[in-house]
Amino acid sequence: MAFENFAAFIDMGGYAAWVWTAYGLAAAALVGMLVISRRTLKAREREFEDLKANRR
Amino acid sequence: MSVFTALLSRDLKLALRQSADSLTVIAFFAIATVLFPFGVGPEAEILSRIAAGVVWVAALLAALLSLDRVFTVDFEDGTLDQLLLNGQSMTFVVLAKVIAHWLTTGVPLIIMSPILAITLQLPAEGYGTLVLALLLGTPTVSLVGALGAALVLGARRGGVLLSLLVLPLYIPVLIFGTAAVEAALTGMPSAPMLSILGGFALIAITLCPFGTAAALRQAAE
Amino acid sequence: MHKYANPTQFMRIANAIYPWVAGLCLLLFAAAIPVALMFSPPDYQQGETVRIMYIHVSSAWLMMMIYGIIAANSAMFLIWRHPMASIAARASAPMGAVFCALALITGMLWGQPMWGTFWVWDARLTSTLILFFLYIGYIALADAFEDSERGDKAAAVLALVGSVNVPIIHFSVEWWNTLHQPSILKAGKEGVGSSVHGSILLPLFLMMGAFTMFYFALLVLRLRSELLAAKIRNARLSQIAGHSAAQPAE
Repeated sequence: MAFENFAAFIDMGGYAAWVWTAYGLAAAALVGMLVISRRTLKAREREFEDLKANRR
Repeated sequence: MSVFTALLSRDLKLALRQSADSLTVIAFFAIATVLFPFGVGPEAEILSRIAAGVVWVAALLAALLSLDRVFTVDFEDGTLDQLLLNGQSMTFVVLAKVIAHWLTTGVPLIIMSPILAITLQLPAEGYGTLVLALLLGTPTVSLVGALGAALVLGARRGGVLLSLLVLPLYIPVLIFGTAAVEAALTGMPSAPMLSILGGFALIAITLCPFGTAAALRQAAE
Repeated sequence: MHKYANPTQFMRIANAIYPWVAGLCLLLFAAAIPVALMFSPPDYQQGETVRIMYIHVSSAWLMMMIYGIIAANSAMFLIWRHPMASIAARASAPMGAVFCALALITGMLWGQPMWGTFWVWDARLTSTLILFFLYIGYIALADAFEDSERGDKAAAVLALVGSVNVPIIHFSVEWWNTLHQPSILKAGKEGVGSSVHGSILLPLFLMMGAFTMFYFALLVLRLRSELLAAKIRNARLSQIAGHSAAQPAE
């Protein structure tokens, strides 16, 4: 453990703003890509099922 | 080879007949350059410091304006399909078009550049190198630009897209083109930068026509 | 290898390894995040900001790896006409652009406390910015045509042109940078580049592994999605064709 207590962990040696913004943005980017990709996949699956159902 | 010369002379004749097109490009080059003193102020020190870069950037943008015309006319009136159907070597067709483009826009830009450099207070030592650098750099601009123009044939928003594709690829030419002039101004040898520009032109002329030909074949399919 | 160019074959394998890749990704993140944020010591020069480096370098690694994957797939697509190759390139490009943007932004967040400015025309930052523009151009070109196949082909040619150009651009920018930059920044950069010691390597490799697995897991999802889109297009087309063929007979 590199930090003595939780407050020191949050403070990041005074660089809290930079470190947490960077990690927050990275998390947002990865989760965002995952959500968008999954949502389009689900939408296309539904659309494809509809198309198949209509053709019969 | 006869197709090559025929295409070249046809394009040159067309350009001569519609010389307004080339003149517009030159006018754009002049206006874009003249905007800079208004933006940064008329002090001679600042202007002479940025002159080479401004002339180069304006020349690249002006060349870009003329690029989307390189293939569109032939693409729309079916000449391109004809050439493909006749089994012409597309690489030669591309070379003819690129040379025509360079002669009708690159050369006028080069001729115009010293005049614009005067208004930007470029010191006397820089002119020869500026013209030489443009002479060695603009063929690459035409070759890479033609490749971009072939890729966006038939695309939505082709003109804007073309600038997005081609401008990043021009950065090396811009870097060494301005560096050559800067070297001349500071009394350093500019030959290394000029030879690198020549090297870029050689790489471009060996690779670009093939890519352009492939892109034209795709567009005509 | 050509057997995997068939989308059904390829997706059978991709779907089979997907749970493993996704599981490994979660596992690596579960290890990388605590190690990177809590258990690794601060750098003696850069303090706690070194923790930004773990995601910065991982993003930069992926933006380069994805460009390589796009270029390789584009070559396979143009040479052997493998349909799967163009789909993989198309599905990868937006992820590459996002990682490129992430590398730029985390680089700026790292630069501000270390160099005292968000942006310097440093060779690496500048090359990354240009690569970002190449990604944007690639995505825009692939989407610019009514006929998506034409978009695939044009984008593939562009990716190969880019792969010739990226080293040239990088070399030019590096040279330009040494010409113009004062050497103050070099000291800061050396601290980042050369004096990498053991305590940094573990979180860095864990994070790079997690990011890489994330890319491959998401790629499988996006490939499924792209293939479905193609199926939907074909179904629509055959529906329209069926209607117009049926009409004169009626």
